[in-house]
Amino acid sequence: MAHIALTEGLPGIRGPMVFSPETTKPLCELVQVLLTGPHSLTPAEREMIATYVSSENDCYYCQHCHGSTAAQHLGGGEKEYELVRQMKRDFESAALSPKMKALLNIAGKVQKGGKQVTAADVERARQEGATDKEIHDTVLIAAAFSMFNRYVDGLATWQPHDPDVYREIGHLTARLGYVGRDYKKPLDAIAAKQASSGTKVASS
Amino acid sequence: MAHIQLPEGMPGIVGPLVFSPETAKPLLELAEVLLRAPNTLSSAEREMIAAHVSYRNECDFCQLSHSAAAAAHLEGNYDLVEQIKVNPGSANVSDKLKALLTIAGKVQQGGKQVSAGDVALARECGATDKEIHDCVLIAAAFSMYNRYVDGLATWQPREREAYREMGEQLAHQGYTRDRFRETPKAAQA
Repeated sequence: MAHIALTEGLPGIRGPMVFSPETTKPLCELVQVLLTGPHSLTPAEREMIATYVSSENDCYYCQHCHGSTAAQHLGGGEKEYELVRQMKRDFESAALSPKMKALLNIAGKVQKGGKQVTAADVERARQEGATDKEIHDTVLIAAAFSMFNRYVDGLATWQPHDPDVYREIGHLTARLGYVGRDYKKPLDAIAAKQASSGTKVASS
Repeated sequence: MAHIQLPEGMPGIVGPLVFSPETAKPLLELAEVLLRAPNTLSSAEREMIAAHVSYRNECDFCQLSHSAAAAAHLEGNYDLVEQIKVNPGSANVSDKLKALLTIAGKVQQGGKQVSAGDVALARECGATDKEIHDCVLIAAAFSMYNRYVDGLATWQPREREAYREMGEQLAHQGYTRDRFRETPKAAQA
């Protein structure tokens, strides 16, 4: 049970988002700028940075939402989902560019604490072709997910473990982005499970 | 030296905010809503939560600037703010704020560290769901701001005096004013 009274049937951050619309607005705008839109890092690469940090923070909901969104950006097949799992287990041995590995190394340091990032970590990224903007955005994505993960777990939100839920979230987010969405709307994967088990479907 | 090329003469988060205006906008709006919008927790109380988390994360710029903002809301009571950062349990503040600071300290370590017991205690001391929510989000947000400021190795003055004026401005003019969006006169000169 969540630490505060949140709308039932909404997984992860969606409960707190609906609970507090005035903070949801800047939070959604931040993630929209960081992870979608034109950038020299692809949306899949930026979603993978978010996924890696969320995995290191052991936040089930965030790592599976953003991992699924990354996989969906790449085509959405089993091969792409496996790449994301490999990246979380050991990014250095995953099929990623040397620049991406250097940026994930920086993101992992930020997850532990800002002061953990060394000049050598940054130099490695620069050697692999990373720009100041890419390094800046990597640090801020990693910092932002150090926030989102704490928000989601710090309120003990409901986080289903059904892969269909995250496949649906990734599919929607890769296409629609983060702003202007109706986060109160129950997910089909959750409504279907609740209907088949005879549980009352949450309404909002 | 900072890890990336930032505008010179701008302390802490101000350099990255000017470097990246498109992310600065939601970051500043979030701080404004969390720390200054009307709330049953006073701005002083919310700034103290921010200062406490930043102190625990050893982020000089954030802990000193938000301490100064809290003190500015408290008519210059820096002694209370220092106590809140280091040992909130013995500070002269309400039991509710102490319980919320315990929750904030847990969030700083990791979201899963917050226990049902921590939340029950806050509730017994009169905290509402919204206050608990806001406390968790303030602590989470400063876990972000602190990492942003230190992860880029920004320039951070170490003397408390350097933050006094900043604290007054943050407390009384807020976070979304134009100052953060343009080069300050000091850096232009």
